[in-house]
Amino acid sequence: MKKILILFAHPALHKSRIHSRLARAAGEVEGVTFCNLYDRYPDFFIHVPYEQKQLRDHDVLIWQHPFYWYSCPALLKEWMDLVLEHNFAYGRKGTNLHGKKALSVISTGGSEAVYTRQGFSHYSVKQFLAPFHQTARLCGMEYLPPFVVHGSHLLREEEIDRYADWYARLLTALRDNTLPTVKWQDAESINSLIP
Amino acid sequence: MYNQDFFLQAMIYLLAAVITVPLAKKTGLGSVPGYLLAGVIIGPYVLGWVGQESEKVMHFAEFGVVLMLFLIGLEMQPSLLWKTRHSIFGMGGMQVVTTTLVIAGAAWMMGFRPNQAAAMGLILSLSSTAIVLQTLSEKGLLKNSGGRSAISVLLFQDLAVIPILALLPLLAVIGSISDVKRQVPPPQEGFAALPGALQLLLIVTVGMAVIFAGRFVARHIFRFVAGAGMREVFTASVLLLVIGSAYGTAKIGLSPALGTFIAGVVLAENEYRHELEVTIEPIKGLLLGLFFISVGAGINFTLFFREPLLIAGLVLLLILLKFGALWVTARVFGLRHGRHVLFALALAQASEFGFVLVSFSDTLRIFDHETSSLIIMVIIFSMALTPLLLVVNEKLVRPWYVRRRNKEVPDKIPETGNKIIIAGFGRFGLVVGRLLIANGFTVTILDSNPANVEILRKYGFKLFYGDVTRPEMLEAAGVKDARLLVLTMAEDDEALKIAGWLKKNYPDLKIAARARDTFHEFEFYKLGVQMVQRETFNSAVELGSRSLHFLGFNRYQAHRAALTFKHHEDSIMRELYEHWLKDETHFIRESRRFSDQLTETLQTERDFSIHETDCAWDVTSVRKEKAEETGLRPDEDSRSRDHGREDDGHAQNG
Repeated sequence: MKKILILFAHPALHKSRIHSRLARAAGEVEGVTFCNLYDRYPDFFIHVPYEQKQLRDHDVLIWQHPFYWYSCPALLKEWMDLVLEHNFAYGRKGTNLHGKKALSVISTGGSEAVYTRQGFSHYSVKQFLAPFHQTARLCGMEYLPPFVVHGSHLLREEEIDRYADWYARLLTALRDNTLPTVKWQDAESINSLIP
Repeated sequence: MYNQDFFLQAMIYLLAAVITVPLAKKTGLGSVPGYLLAGVIIGPYVLGWVGQESEKVMHFAEFGVVLMLFLIGLEMQPSLLWKTRHSIFGMGGMQVVTTTLVIAGAAWMMGFRPNQAAAMGLILSLSSTAIVLQTLSEKGLLKNSGGRSAISVLLFQDLAVIPILALLPLLAVIGSISDVKRQVPPPQEGFAALPGALQLLLIVTVGMAVIFAGRFVARHIFRFVAGAGMREVFTASVLLLVIGSAYGTAKIGLSPALGTFIAGVVLAENEYRHELEVTIEPIKGLLLGLFFISVGAGINFTLFFREPLLIAGLVLLLILLKFGALWVTARVFGLRHGRHVLFALALAQASEFGFVLVSFSDTLRIFDHETSSLIIMVIIFSMALTPLLLVVNEKLVRPWYVRRRNKEVPDKIPETGNKIIIAGFGRFGLVVGRLLIANGFTVTILDSNPANVEILRKYGFKLFYGDVTRPEMLEAAGVKDARLLVLTMAEDDEALKIAGWLKKNYPDLKIAARARDTFHEFEFYKLGVQMVQRETFNSAVELGSRSLHFLGFNRYQAHRAALTFKHHEDSIMRELYEHWLKDETHFIRESRRFSDQLTETLQTERDFSIHETDCAWDVTSVRKEKAEETGLRPDEDSRSRDHGREDDGHAQNG
């Protein structure tokens, strides 16, 4: 059984429709540690030793956040800047994260069609996530395709519920290691691979 | 001139109350049956310790009812009263009319003459303000919509006493047409002798005077008196106000209770409201107790034992008839979910006004003496049964409706429950209050400095004057329903006392406290108060951070240094608190307080290293590793030796 750490970054959770539901669903899956970064560090003062211990104690790392300007909210970036230290996460002696899995769980306002070469955003979500991908690689982690909630502005309540359900199933599959491993490097998102 | 008899009487009354009231409260009946029982025990039929003078005591103690209506008025803002005008006149009117008709009809069928039946209907349609309000408030039911409707109806009944008093002589006249001897109405004098128009004018004038005085004059008087800092003078001025308005309204022929109620309403928005409540409350309680005792002592058991079944039957009938009329009234005015049952059960007794009205009818010869005593008996027993009826409501009716409601209706937000109280509104509380208010919270503020109160009210703060070190004050401010209490008063020891009292009496209430220094903070922790803030620490760190900037740190670096220090302090405090708990005696001497804190803090700090959180922004190790890989020696960077740290070479750039 794999242990999952969700680093959740949302600066205005009280206004959230999507992530509050996803977060609630995630909290109910056994074996998941849910860390609400903005709640834990409202002054951006990240407790680095604690965060590093958390990373050592888990097998799967999830960055869950809304897609702000094609990237993550500021505190998650701060977390990456400070916690992924040289000689902890990378560098000759920095092997603590080797062999772990990482993935992004994000929501976007635009639909899937927007995030194509011909679409309004010009790049795919996966392309935008290149910095996360490379960060994971540099730390010796396997970066899975992202779980994406597209078109979040227009989703109806029951559709959000379906996404939350889906997310819970993804977490269960990650925990029990039951995801199909074939060719997921090519998948644009992990959504279609969830059993 | 001391009258030994007076001491003895006072002792008997107090002793009886002290023994029976706590017992009655334990059984869940509330204090009223306890007082009544005490009255019965010391009355002429059991121990016989008190006798004829109990009637005089009762008249004196009726002042307690007057005080109670003043307090009810204080709770009732004019806007609220205006909103309830429909229930006062609509419900009240309907209740009085239907109950009068039902009871009069029943009496007529039992063979009383029509005028007697009508008088009985009018007299028995009233309910007991004293018993209802006391019992409801002890059970916390006054804010329930059933309880509020009950208050409205009681208010209307207070008004209705006046026309009833005017009607009774007429009934006497109608009744006597068949008689040979005609009862001459007693000659009227004073106010009642004036022509109607003049009476009305006088009533309006007095009403305006009360409102004017309450709105514009009272606050100046209270400020003047409170400024003198003499508690008993303040009490005296409040009593003066209440007695003055009671006297004024009695003089123009209205019920004194109504007059003080209006005075209360006028003062409901006054900044001294809570202090007024606290001052009057104990006096009211004692007088009401005395009133109930004298009612108990007045029960005529000789009469009861002569016709026990008749009286029991009549009491039951009265309660049933009143309950029925009230039930219909409540349903017509839209009370449901069991609130109509509460309303009907609460008001299903006769009133203490009944004593006065019956004896008035007696002198008018509407009833013979025998009938009068019988009615009085029925009134008293119906009053005594009220607490029992409310227990029935609590144990049977409400659970049934709650079970039913859970099936039907989704949860409702409770009527109160977002209340925040700030105790102490000086330089510290002001900032807390402004922040909460700026974010849309409603705050009740208590402060003991009249000057502050005056200024802040001018700027629209909802502020009340009062000694916040007194628990009663907090209770008056509604600590029972509060969600958060912010303790920012400047008196350190008093703040601890209050916190301890709150923890004991309201363990679920969240407390946020200002502490003077470390040990004060620890005292709060020990009491179980978690949300504590030292008043100087954060400001001192801020100033330190600005000093660092002046000394050459860049702004963000100074900010991070201050943050690091703050979080470091938190872990030190946790450690220090453990020491302090183990070794409390060591810290007792006040003169050494600060140096002790200093020593302890610094010693703990020595064993604790500040963790360098921002290591990742330091590229020294990366550069070293790169140099080893490539075999090149990096330049010695002069900047990394002072406090300025190299920021521009994160790994991914390297």
